[in-house]
Amino acid sequence: MAAALTIHNLKKTYQSGVQALKGVSLEVAEGDFFGLLGPNGAGKTTLIAIVTGLSNKTSGTVAVFDYDITTATALAKASVGVVPQEFNFSIFEKVIDIVCDQAGYYGIARAVALPRAEKYLKLLGLWEKRNEIAMCLSGGMKRRLMIVRALIHEPKLLILDEPTAGVDIELRREMWDFLRKLNAAGTTIILTTHYLEEAEQLCKRIAIINNGKIVSEGLVKDLLGTLAIETFIFDLVTPLTEANEKLVAQFGVKKVDQDTIEMMVQQGESLSDAVAALSRLDIQVRSMRNKSNRLEELFLDVTKKPV
Amino acid sequence: MTLNQMWVAYMTIVRKETGRFLRIWPQTLLPSVITTTLYYVIFGAFIGSQIQAIGGFTYIQFIVPGLVMMAVITNSFSNVASSFFGAKFQKQIEELLVAPVSPFVVVAGYVTGGLLRGLLTGALVLGVALFFTHLTMHSIFLTVAFIFLTALLFSLAGMVNAIYAKKFDGISIVSVFVLTPLTYLGGVFYSVTMLPPFWQKVSALNPILYMVNGFRYGLLGISDVNVTGSFIILVILSGVMLGLTMYLFKTGRGLRT
Repeated sequence: MAAALTIHNLKKTYQSGVQALKGVSLEVAEGDFFGLLGPNGAGKTTLIAIVTGLSNKTSGTVAVFDYDITTATALAKASVGVVPQEFNFSIFEKVIDIVCDQAGYYGIARAVALPRAEKYLKLLGLWEKRNEIAMCLSGGMKRRLMIVRALIHEPKLLILDEPTAGVDIELRREMWDFLRKLNAAGTTIILTTHYLEEAEQLCKRIAIINNGKIVSEGLVKDLLGTLAIETFIFDLVTPLTEANEKLVAQFGVKKVDQDTIEMMVQQGESLSDAVAALSRLDIQVRSMRNKSNRLEELFLDVTKKPV
Repeated sequence: MTLNQMWVAYMTIVRKETGRFLRIWPQTLLPSVITTTLYYVIFGAFIGSQIQAIGGFTYIQFIVPGLVMMAVITNSFSNVASSFFGAKFQKQIEELLVAPVSPFVVVAGYVTGGLLRGLLTGALVLGVALFFTHLTMHSIFLTVAFIFLTALLFSLAGMVNAIYAKKFDGISIVSVFVLTPLTYLGGVFYSVTMLPPFWQKVSALNPILYMVNGFRYGLLGISDVNVTGSFIILVILSGVMLGLTMYLFKTGRGLRT
């Protein structure tokens, strides 16, 4: 099976001298739901811009389904659909025209594009808005419109650059469902997002990019397994007494406030042991939660290390 | 892409570009018609009646070809320059850059849009002229060839300008400080033979002089310059501008980071 995306030693230096990519190598398997994570300015958007033809690479190779983007540009481009970070359609045009014109740029006649546009506009809840000027759409609708536009030529690889930024929770969940179904139907998806919960929910594999280099890559569950410490927050049934406060402090437990404590659990340690230890001190736990998303902890861990 | 797919992509751009300038016709088509009507009234009817015939034609008949060319040049140039720069500025150009459509098809699509607006405005300006005077047709081939090549050349020039421009100022500066003076000094309102010898030589460096005179020859049969030479100059300039546009587009100058 051909890899959906193969990147080898990709480098990009802008005219300003900024080195955005410092030798990135990456392979995304066909059918994968791949997350590309990284802090602002890490090189995610530059990488996507090179793959989709919006930026020239300085060196290295990029192939989409084995089509080299330099030597088989048209075939590579025809295989990719992209949902950019910023709105980049004419706000003065009708929704249906934006979608069908994009099909036209791929050589798809309007007669073929129209039923396809209807299918995707309906799937993303925009069919009723087809004859409205794009400027009249809400932010969430504009994001969905960009997804429809990216799918109109039915690409085998869909790249989404922060598709749910600024989208409300309900709509975000709907978009997740849509993307899951799309991936299950065979479309390879590459997603960049700042919502790490989103990456954890959707992605099978992730790569974390920092300062133009891949600093971590693998299956989400494997990467999360490398976390040495997890921090949990315990909400207590009764407020912590002064005596108990001193006792728990000896076990490295941190008091957040009178009714809440924070405990770090080492990899391999059982959480029930921690709860049992609290119970022995007559401290009853009402509820418990992760201090932060686990992927968030991994992200912070790998991106704070010097590259 | 197959030829059929390229045709679909080309027609998509042409339809979009044509729809754009027709939708906003009070901004795109009307100004040239109103401006040239004023020229016809003031320079043709009011002042022109006091001016002696040039080359056997009344003054208003003499200035009509130049005014038509002025409308063609301004509209072809500004259509592509503003539309393409607007697409670049608002990032809509990315819709085309991510697609497998070839640079030639994109250039051809935008240039056709500029060409159509230039020719349509030229036709309107010519139509208005018929309310003020009668015109002859010396050579339909030369008339069409000169107006077509001029619209093509300035559509390409508009694209080059849009590719280089970083701000909207970059579009208006070229139009106001380069195009307008060259057009006015290109023999629209006078025959260069009226100028002192030194200024005649300076005028010979202005490419618009050859376009205006070539078109005037096509309509009236009179010209200050050699028509064959003018035609060759226009063909060469169009070829050079097409080559430059294609080079800039292929290398991604001003389009890809």
